[in-house]
Amino acid sequence: MIDVMRAETITIAGHGGDEIEAYLARPLDEQPHAGVVVIHHMPGYDAATKEIVRRFAVNGYNALCPNLYSREAPGADPDDAAAAVRAAGGVPDERLVGDVDGAAKYLNALDGANGKIGVIGYCSGGRQTFLAGCSLQLDAAVDCYGAFVINEPPAGMPASMKPILGLAPQLSCPLLGLFGAEDQYPGPEEVQQLSAELDRLGKPHEFHTYEGAGHAFFAVDRPSYRPEAAVEGWRRVFDFFGKHLAA
Amino acid sequence: MCTYQTEKIEVDGSGKAAKGWFSLSHATVYVDHPVHAPYAHTVNIDFINPGEGPSARVPVELTEEAALALADAIHRALAAAPAGLASANQK
Repeated sequence: MIDVMRAETITIAGHGGDEIEAYLARPLDEQPHAGVVVIHHMPGYDAATKEIVRRFAVNGYNALCPNLYSREAPGADPDDAAAAVRAAGGVPDERLVGDVDGAAKYLNALDGANGKIGVIGYCSGGRQTFLAGCSLQLDAAVDCYGAFVINEPPAGMPASMKPILGLAPQLSCPLLGLFGAEDQYPGPEEVQQLSAELDRLGKPHEFHTYEGAGHAFFAVDRPSYRPEAAVEGWRRVFDFFGKHLAA
Repeated sequence: MCTYQTEKIEVDGSGKAAKGWFSLSHATVYVDHPVHAPYAHTVNIDFINPGEGPSARVPVELTEEAALALADAIHRALAAAPAGLASANQK
């Protein structure tokens, strides 16, 4: 653990060169550090997500969370921004990939970057992590309960939520998946199907499903929080990144 | 779960957010995670005006029971007033 870090809001170049807001936290020691891109959940670039970014910094990573709602809602409260983007149909997949790519490039350009990049995302960000892992050259990816990778979303969902299992042959890095046994989106069957397809393709992955946990069990500020699953899940995350993001 | 499904209607009226009163253009209704209410899911209603920006938004997060009671209360209040009194075409 590192007890000195710097955390701040910065501007990075996202998809199409757009200037977007992002939250950066980095350890203040002289060691080389890998980079972690944090993809926020659907409720947005909020206080809980920024806490996650800082958590990666104290554990020795340069961590950066792009505000995926920067364009639609610059300067707005996270909940207002999330509502505006939701009403507009969500974040387009292509733009998400460009924003994660911009965040990864920013991290790799930092002094002391070790050149390795991991991505982690929660809820809708779990699906987006899989999308990024299949679209960009990454070193490790962590999907926390992302739905609609395999199954079609229910009628009425935005077109941007289409399944992306067809991209699996392009998955560029090992994938850690953390899921709740009581979650319906993704349900255990969808998680098993994804695991089977990655097995078939010979894609390295490690999935863990926690009993007694549903969707969003990492969210400390929500009733869905499940301390046992979250504590164990965080241990898995740091083991996984420690293994795959070392220089 | 995140349902993402949203009912969106046009509305005519006003609402008050952090920066004061503004004209409403739409309302959205969706069942999803609340930001503040202490439940995993709630009925979320946003009174908004996208033309005024994302902060032109009056949100409420209600339980199913509360949302249905609200709908009934709206009907009762209107039934108790003369027809057309609060209409967009009132005289």
